[in-house]
Amino acid sequence: MEALKIFFSDYTIQIVSMGSALLGIVSGVIGSFAVLRKQSLLGDVISHAALPGIALAFLLVQIKDTNILLIGALIAGLLATGAVRVIDKYSRIKFDSALGLVLSVFFGGGLVLLTYIQKIPNANQAGLDKFIFGQASTLLKKDVYTVLIVGAIIIFMVLLFWKELKIVSFDPEFSDSLGISSKKVSFIISGLIVASIIIGLQTVGVILMSAMLVAPGVAARQWTDKLSIMVLLASVFGAISGLVGTIISSSIQSMPTGPSIVIVVSVIVLISISFAPNRGLVWRQIREMDSAKQINEDKVLKSLYELAINHKDPYHSHPISVIKPIKTKGGKKTKQLESILLALKKDGYVEVEGGNNWFITRDGLDYINNHPILKEE
Amino acid sequence: MEENYIIEVEDMTVAYQVKPVLWDVDLRVPKGILMAIVGPNGAGKSTLIKAMLDLIKPISGSVLFNGETYEKQRKNIGYVPQRGSVDWDFPTTVLDVVMMGRYGHIGWLKRTSKEDKELAMEAITKVGMEEFAKRQISQLSGGQQQRVFLARALVQDAEIYFMDEPFQGVDAKTERAVIEILKDLRSRGKTVVVVHHDLQTVPEYFDWVTLLNTQVIESGPIETVFTEENLKKTYRSTGKVLRSE
Repeated sequence: MEALKIFFSDYTIQIVSMGSALLGIVSGVIGSFAVLRKQSLLGDVISHAALPGIALAFLLVQIKDTNILLIGALIAGLLATGAVRVIDKYSRIKFDSALGLVLSVFFGGGLVLLTYIQKIPNANQAGLDKFIFGQASTLLKKDVYTVLIVGAIIIFMVLLFWKELKIVSFDPEFSDSLGISSKKVSFIISGLIVASIIIGLQTVGVILMSAMLVAPGVAARQWTDKLSIMVLLASVFGAISGLVGTIISSSIQSMPTGPSIVIVVSVIVLISISFAPNRGLVWRQIREMDSAKQINEDKVLKSLYELAINHKDPYHSHPISVIKPIKTKGGKKTKQLESILLALKKDGYVEVEGGNNWFITRDGLDYINNHPILKEE
Repeated sequence: MEENYIIEVEDMTVAYQVKPVLWDVDLRVPKGILMAIVGPNGAGKSTLIKAMLDLIKPISGSVLFNGETYEKQRKNIGYVPQRGSVDWDFPTTVLDVVMMGRYGHIGWLKRTSKEDKELAMEAITKVGMEEFAKRQISQLSGGQQQRVFLARALVQDAEIYFMDEPFQGVDAKTERAVIEILKDLRSRGKTVVVVHHDLQTVPEYFDWVTLLNTQVIESGPIETVFTEENLKKTYRSTGKVLRSE
């Protein structure tokens, strides 16, 4: 409540939250493609690699101008991407190892430089460490404009190259055979990922920026089987996370924005993975239980069917002990059998007489006779 | 004399790391035939068609289609990759995937048209998948996936087709569909090159064969080339037991 009050009364927070929401939209859109191309970790490398870029840029110019620092981040990010590609292509080191290697080397270097900077006597140095976890409240209006402009360009590029992004994400080899160079398109995607990371550094920080790219796409994939809807949903999830995360962080004293945004997006991912229809874990569990129940019912009905056809009177009833029990753990056989028989009775496939004597009905016989697996040959 | 050949491969050598996969391959394919590329595992069958399609850079050698480079003839060439080469959990539909076959004709940045969609539906119907057009691709069986890839190649409306193991692990219905399409393509004067692994069906499905084991052992019409002796030569290094005729 308090947070909302602050939000509606404070113009600065409104601006800053808009910036974060915008960032969420942009990273959700381009991040969806990173997820689909199984390159989620590339974003992680680029964002970590930005840190030494920021530090070096500061050392060079000795002033804390955001744009100059971000240009440093951009160059370092591109260098890291290049390093990963070169290692992957020309050495025997596998792609994931190359990612891990480049990430730790760049980030380690960044931390060393940052420590060094903090020791030199320069009043400007304060606040560089904000880039590690992000602090949206340090955003100025012009920073938000940067996010807006770069974000708009990224989304425009995605829409412009939609067809190419789709085919290269799905089948790069076929795409190459058509003359749509997967190398060129990958380059475009990497460039857009780098750009979206750069505009997110101030808000979310180098460590958690990759979550901003990956999480909305992962969550969105759970809810839909259509690429366009997935990208749209990812942008919505990203926007919600950016907005809510920033509001939370600005209502709690010295709470960095990065972690609070990531907490929000993680909740969205958790809900999506658990409850999304079809792909959700809960949904799948229910379906599995349903199918196990169905199979058990079929087996019991089949047992009654066999009793019926081996008896002079097919509708002669049998006590529950004669009906072939299903195997269960923990000696709950009779009870489970009863509940299955009751379920079958509800369907009209069996009837009960004299308390606990069961027989198969006409409908039950028909069901078995029409069953693709259970029917007698 | 040379214009009789629609595909000409000359001195093609391809190596991964240092190990040569294809060695000095020369190949000439006449127009309008169904050709199988046959050879043991690791013989370089897929590599050969990928190198011809400019997907792998050869160390040396050249390929000409209708006397021109791949670059110039691209729109005349259709490709069916191995179906295992993509992630079938990608969020898209059968129709969408088949439409991708049109992208080469459409070109960069332009949108697909209504006509492209009609052509895609036509191809989907041809492979017997019309009920599945709107279906998410992760719900398809292996055979259905193969037919989707075939339909995608059909909408490329090419002169020359390359297919990488289209019979690999498919059901009877799909196998019939593939054969029907091969015959249909031949009757329309198209040339089809198929990487194939089932020796028994070669004489039945194809009229031309290239026996490959790093080098081209022999290439020509089935009647003269697909002999027990040549097959023995092709499979000698792996000691595979053969049964021809």
